[in-house]
Amino acid sequence: MKKTICLYFQVHQPFRFRRYRFFDIGESEYYYDDYVNESAIKKIASRCYLPANRMMLELIKKYEGQFKITFSISGIALDLFELYAPEVLDSFRNLAGTGHVEFLAEAHAHSLVSLADSDEFRFQVTEHSKRIESLFGARPKVFRNTELIYSDEIGNRVADMGFAGILSEGARHILGWKSPNYLYYNASHPRLKVLLRNFRLSDDLAFRFSRQSWKEWPLTADKYAYWLKKLNRKDELVNIFLDYETFGENHKAESGIFDFFKALPEKIFKNRDFEFATPSMIISSMQPVGPISVPYPVSWTDEERDLSAWLGNDMQNEAFNKLFGLRSLVRKTSDNKILTDWYNLQTSDHFYFMSTKVFTDEEVHKYYNPYESPYDAFINYMNILSDFTQRLKEAAGAEELSMVRMERILMDKDKQIESLQKIIDELKENKKAVIGPVGISRKGEDASRNVMLEET
Amino acid sequence: MRVLMFGWEFPPHISGGLGTACYGLTRGMSHIPGLEVTFVVPKAWGDEDQSFLQLVAAENFPVKRKYIEMWGFLKQMTFLEVHSRLMPYMSPEEYEKAGRRSLSGTRIFFNTEQAGNLKFTGTYGPDLFQEIANYALMAGIIAEERDFEIIHAHDWLAFPAGIAAKEATGKPLVIHVHATEFDRSGGKVNPGVFEIEKRGMEIADMIIAVSNLTRQTIIEKYGIHPEKVITVYNAVEPEEKHDVSSLRKMANEKIVTFLGRITMQKGPEYFIEAANKVLKKSNNVRFVMAGSGDMFPRMIKRAASLGIADRFHFTGFLRGRDVNQMFLMSDLYVMPSVSEPFGISPLEAMRSNVPVIISYQSGVSEILRHVVKVDFWDIDAMADAIYGLLHYNALSEMFKKRGKDEVNNLKWETSALKVKKVYDRVLSAS
Repeated sequence: MKKTICLYFQVHQPFRFRRYRFFDIGESEYYYDDYVNESAIKKIASRCYLPANRMMLELIKKYEGQFKITFSISGIALDLFELYAPEVLDSFRNLAGTGHVEFLAEAHAHSLVSLADSDEFRFQVTEHSKRIESLFGARPKVFRNTELIYSDEIGNRVADMGFAGILSEGARHILGWKSPNYLYYNASHPRLKVLLRNFRLSDDLAFRFSRQSWKEWPLTADKYAYWLKKLNRKDELVNIFLDYETFGENHKAESGIFDFFKALPEKIFKNRDFEFATPSMIISSMQPVGPISVPYPVSWTDEERDLSAWLGNDMQNEAFNKLFGLRSLVRKTSDNKILTDWYNLQTSDHFYFMSTKVFTDEEVHKYYNPYESPYDAFINYMNILSDFTQRLKEAAGAEELSMVRMERILMDKDKQIESLQKIIDELKENKKAVIGPVGISRKGEDASRNVMLEET
Repeated sequence: MRVLMFGWEFPPHISGGLGTACYGLTRGMSHIPGLEVTFVVPKAWGDEDQSFLQLVAAENFPVKRKYIEMWGFLKQMTFLEVHSRLMPYMSPEEYEKAGRRSLSGTRIFFNTEQAGNLKFTGTYGPDLFQEIANYALMAGIIAEERDFEIIHAHDWLAFPAGIAAKEATGKPLVIHVHATEFDRSGGKVNPGVFEIEKRGMEIADMIIAVSNLTRQTIIEKYGIHPEKVITVYNAVEPEEKHDVSSLRKMANEKIVTFLGRITMQKGPEYFIEAANKVLKKSNNVRFVMAGSGDMFPRMIKRAASLGIADRFHFTGFLRGRDVNQMFLMSDLYVMPSVSEPFGISPLEAMRSNVPVIISYQSGVSEILRHVVKVDFWDIDAMADAIYGLLHYNALSEMFKKRGKDEVNNLKWETSALKVKKVYDRVLSAS
């Protein structure tokens, strides 16, 4: 039986905040470190996104469509590319143009909103889907949540939005004896198919590839292809889900990651048992083997594969609750600057920086962390959130005020209409009372003329 | 294994962290079977806790004339008094007195009582060098009359005593550096003190430093071989039961505390500047500077000129119970030290459930995680951390909980075991 390989890459970068002191609250409404944002995105573009996209394009051309890949790009990353590295967007468009690349939907702000507010969740997913469609020409059919966070309940909501499938983590504690190497469906919504990440084969590339203390180092394409071949004969699907930054950023080019990957498809195709496919192809062609039940949210992060990296301590929960408590106010305003800040405050990275797991899981958590400590990250975030809340209340207050004015005008108009209606009714009554067509019509005409005069 | 230990002070008669550390360490050592400590101080008051060690007062030993000629090294040292007026840890009253007195050159002579005992004040007064010399003299005598395997001396005041004991008996010497002259003086190093420290470090068989920061100073500024210097962190005693009945606290006001000597080393001026920034933004907070020192008058003037004197308070020097009281009243403790070899006070604050901000320039920052660390000069960062801890409750709650756990895991027993390892190494080498 032929096995399908699904290669999916996550593309995301956050807007990094500047050092925002408490005495900036109410004084400055600019929260971003432009220099760091620009230089970081340019650096990653030149080390990772641009060369990796070039490599993928070559591979797609070389194998004439047999080699297929899938991306999801966060809305925040798209914002950053538009601002600082538009050439990255162009290279993704080139990939989309081949027809062998699928782009998935996600929540615009790379946000944890799916855990907070279902209306806002739907809103952001719709925003993101529209944008992906306008950029790459196809409306996403498959969804992937921030950090692969998934639960039965999130699955339900995603199914209600009309998606046919979702990506998640093949965490040991949800699979039990089951294998991630099959297609599953949501326990209560069988129409929603679930693709589960093969974390061993994925993390071999994502984390271990350049680790010299790893017993499999150096990993060659031959060896990796052999591992794939060695999989259980009955396995149908191998989901290799990675951060795209695996190429050139998490593993520098010198580690040989690009050469490894360039050689990989050939080694895999040597064996006739393998093919590449994208999630929507898999969903339409493959039969799910059964339901997967996930009562508590899973993610693809840390040993625990749960939410503890973002919502694992009191600071993170405090920041999260305070932030999403503002939602109803945000939807009362139409101020674009406020909306942008609202999204950027949601990006999961900011919560990750507040994780006290840095003290135990230092290596991974230190990555790209601009803060000295989780406490430092929390203080900075809360200062910004304090200012944002203040601004938001002012803006929402102002809009509310104009709403009140508008309502007053409408009420006045209503009253006017009412009194005019009364006159019309009275005239109609008169019409019934008076007999004789000529007299009536004349009277009626006069009356309506009067009405018009009154109105003007 | 028997240890002859020399220190300058022992609780409850202490002027700073040194006595507290000696107490904690020896208490921790008392848990190690077979380890026996005799602690020698210049002067004992009789109310020291001697449940776990033997405390010997040097002043209670009679001096015989024959020893007096032996200490050429001491002559050299007492000579220093001629051109130094150095009193590192004086109380303000003593400072006042010393300031009015001009010192004339002194000659070496020992005033003994009729019974032949040397008298000590046991403080850090203007005759400090004379006292150190006397103490060293006595140390040699005590060492000759006692049985022990190893000598352990705490800080420069006791180094000459340790050296004297080593020279008298040939037993190995471990010196324990709680602070160096570079920390105390803020750059204006007293050459006399430096000389004593350097000599102690050179003669010692092994040196214990209270932090890597201090270890680095020893290696770089005193030119000691790195292999000879080992870091053993301090710890803190488990919390005592406090009487909180007399605790007064404003309901809606937070208190931010600085507690320590008001000297350049402790960075009090940065605390005032940070306080000023915070007070501009919030009015439900008060700042307290507890302690005394030579920068005290300047700090009062600064608070007044900033116009924050109604929210910035000075308590003067606090002792024992009052220190605990101060911690219990505090919502936040700040230690902005410019140079702090270790710094036990943040541990005491955390033990009392008080969140803590410390400077990177403190040894204790090497081991603490659940604190905010800032550079002492970074007033903006310090003010920001103060504001954050006062306003964002989730943060202070986490600090209280995790900080307490963290401090409870810093045990003197652990430090004592590491000291024991140093002894073993020294003894196996000799």
